[in-house]
Amino acid sequence: MFRPSHFAAVVLFALFASVVFGITQRETPRRMIRYGIYCFALFVGSAILVSWVMFLIAR
Amino acid sequence: MATEPDKSAGAQKDSQQGYVYLPLIAGWLVPGAGHFLLRKWGRGALLAASILGMFAIGLAMQGKLYAGAHDMLDLLGLAGDLGNGLLYIVSRVLGLGADQVQVTTADYGTKFIVVAGLLNVIAAVDAHNLRTGRKA
Repeated sequence: MFRPSHFAAVVLFALFASVVFGITQRETPRRMIRYGIYCFALFVGSAILVSWVMFLIAR
Repeated sequence: MATEPDKSAGAQKDSQQGYVYLPLIAGWLVPGAGHFLLRKWGRGALLAASILGMFAIGLAMQGKLYAGAHDMLDLLGLAGDLGNGLLYIVSRVLGLGADQVQVTTADYGTKFIVVAGLLNVIAAVDAHNLRTGRKA
């Protein structure tokens, strides 16, 4: 059984979803890459932000 | 003598022949197949790798494959899973996936499988848009 850490799961999810979003939501290769990187950063960044918020609330 | 743009236009024309919904259906049944039919090899390969990877990791995490709709959440999960097309059907036939979610990782895996199906639907619709000329 594959047991990634929570963060590894977030990164894998973000990677796969960003590739699909980049290819399907933009028309030129350059814009696909930029949008994919943007989505990846938003996925991972928002997960880290929400994690810190939950950590601070739980204290 | 044919020039490079002429060749490209010819290939484009070849890929535009046939049943208009074929890339949509093929893309749903097999991830990336809709783009392959339209000769978008790179895009198709990346889409296939992403969707297959997400589905396989979901199964490796002991994610659950929804088999029936006992309540509304199960129904939504089943709809997401069905987006995987043949991957879902073959996995069900082979008995892959957990029957019940018992650990956190398996819950993530279940979501990976559902999202893989939803991403596959997006990819199939993208192939249809390419086929109809709505997208370049």
